[in-house]
Amino acid sequence: MQMQLQKVFERPRTLRPVATHYCPGCGHGIVARLIAEVIDEFGIREKTVGVAPVGCSVLLYNYLDIDMYEAAHGRAPAVATGCKRVHPDLVVFTYQGDGDFASIGTAEAVHAAARGERITTIFINNAIYGMTGGQMAPTTLIGQKTTTSPYGRTAEQAGFPIRMAELLATLDGASFIARVSVHSPKNIIQAKGAIKKAFSVQMNQQGYSMVEVLSQCPTDWRMSPAEAVKWVEEKMIPYYPLKTLKAP
Amino acid sequence: MEKTFMTGNEAIAEAAIQAGCRHFFGYPITPQSEIPEYMSKRLPKMGGVYLQAESEVAAINMLFGAAGTGARVMTSSSSPGISLMQEGISYIAAARLPCVIVNIMRGGPGLGGIQPSQSDYFQATKGGGHGDYHLIVLAPHTLQEAVYLTMNSFDLADKYRNPVMILGDGYMGQMMEPVSFPKLTPRHTPKGWALTGAKDRPANLVKTLYLDPEALEKHNLVINQTIQKIKKEEVQVETYHTDDAEIIIAAYGTVARIAKTAIEVLRNKGLKVGLIRPITVFPFPCKIFEELADRRFLVVEMSFGQMLEDVQLSLGRKASVHFYGRTGVVPSYDEIIVEVEKLVK
Repeated sequence: MQMQLQKVFERPRTLRPVATHYCPGCGHGIVARLIAEVIDEFGIREKTVGVAPVGCSVLLYNYLDIDMYEAAHGRAPAVATGCKRVHPDLVVFTYQGDGDFASIGTAEAVHAAARGERITTIFINNAIYGMTGGQMAPTTLIGQKTTTSPYGRTAEQAGFPIRMAELLATLDGASFIARVSVHSPKNIIQAKGAIKKAFSVQMNQQGYSMVEVLSQCPTDWRMSPAEAVKWVEEKMIPYYPLKTLKAP
Repeated sequence: MEKTFMTGNEAIAEAAIQAGCRHFFGYPITPQSEIPEYMSKRLPKMGGVYLQAESEVAAINMLFGAAGTGARVMTSSSSPGISLMQEGISYIAAARLPCVIVNIMRGGPGLGGIQPSQSDYFQATKGGGHGDYHLIVLAPHTLQEAVYLTMNSFDLADKYRNPVMILGDGYMGQMMEPVSFPKLTPRHTPKGWALTGAKDRPANLVKTLYLDPEALEKHNLVINQTIQKIKKEEVQVETYHTDDAEIIIAAYGTVARIAKTAIEVLRNKGLKVGLIRPITVFPFPCKIFEELADRRFLVVEMSFGQMLEDVQLSLGRKASVHFYGRTGVVPSYDEIIVEVEKLVK
């Protein structure tokens, strides 16, 4: 009798067979894979366009086999808007870090959401500027040490970290807003569910959708990957609670 | 041909529509707000898109996104707003995306004023944003010419994969004149690079980042070769009574139009005065200046001397170049006459 081997795990078609530039233990690569899986499961690879702006996000086009823009720092929601308004039939998403989405690009983020733009944002919040080498981000926690808050961030000096999901959930145009994390297998499964939901909200013409993904950055946090995972659980999640803030 | 009485802003907007532009992203600023207003009225009724952005920064990035799909797209603004767009314009030029940007110039620097000005010449013609690039810059001097140049600007942008700027001023934006719109069949340029979904072809990428130094230089060389070709093939210039002219005025846009009136008066007085009027201020018509370098020149601008530098460069150091400029104020033809007469005395 011939043994039938059933394939239970394979690389998504949308994910290119290449090594990523991400550091060991980084969450970016996991999220790139989840996006690729979601695109494949919806069968929309040929009508999906991504926008990746400046930061660790920028090289996403090396990993996803779809049409993509590289955008200026913070401007991805505006670029995605321009694309989507010309081609309402396309599925358009942005892939942005915290410096991009919560600092330099807040105007574009807030107004794309307020307009109910039929786009999806995958927002990677790792509480630090990764690519530039670990400077303070708008989402850096109070007390967190970075290369530009070497004594730990203080509210007196640098103000408070921004909760983008809560902020955007107040806008009528925002239809689906969720915060997830990728620090454990269970959370990764939940993260995929949220990303899938966000894409479906867009495809159903229900408005703007955004998934904030808490992601570990061992290199710039100066931690081992195991410590970084623990730090997400113990430090980040209490300040950035995991939940669906808004759904249609 | 039937003529319509309209403002320059409206004429430019209508010309863009006639040229096949169906997508417009903008932000209000005086003295160009009639362009977005006109587009918001017309485009949705013809299946197009008008979208008011949250800022000029967003508007130019929406243009980047829309141009990246290969659509004919335009934005418009005035000086302070154009400054805000410079980041996006640099990215658009780097990504080699065709699009049209209208600058109806007002006084600066800073908030400046809302009166006509030509003080964005350096910004428009020398790049404007960071990096090695140039826009093709078209400077009409009448509303009818604004119509022709705008209609042609989309073909030019497509042909070279380079952004085009229509450089007008507040005077031109606000004044009304009868204009006609010639029947135009927009040239169809294949855009295999456009982002429309990777169906039956490899994925496309609109990018501007080249971390490998050699790759960046290679990319910049492509842009530069395009610019050199534009310099060779796309120069437009008008000469007016230059054959026998002893004194040649160099001016563009509204000022050139005023200069023409001054030249008529001066010629009636027996003075041999002519005009060189760059229609493309980039590429600059160096050659005609070289050819006439033995004459005396008076450069007149609504600035304190920006095109002046290109004229001086074209003529060489030995040439006789004088300058008259107003900034914040439109020079009258009387003032130009006085300046020319000073040179004769």
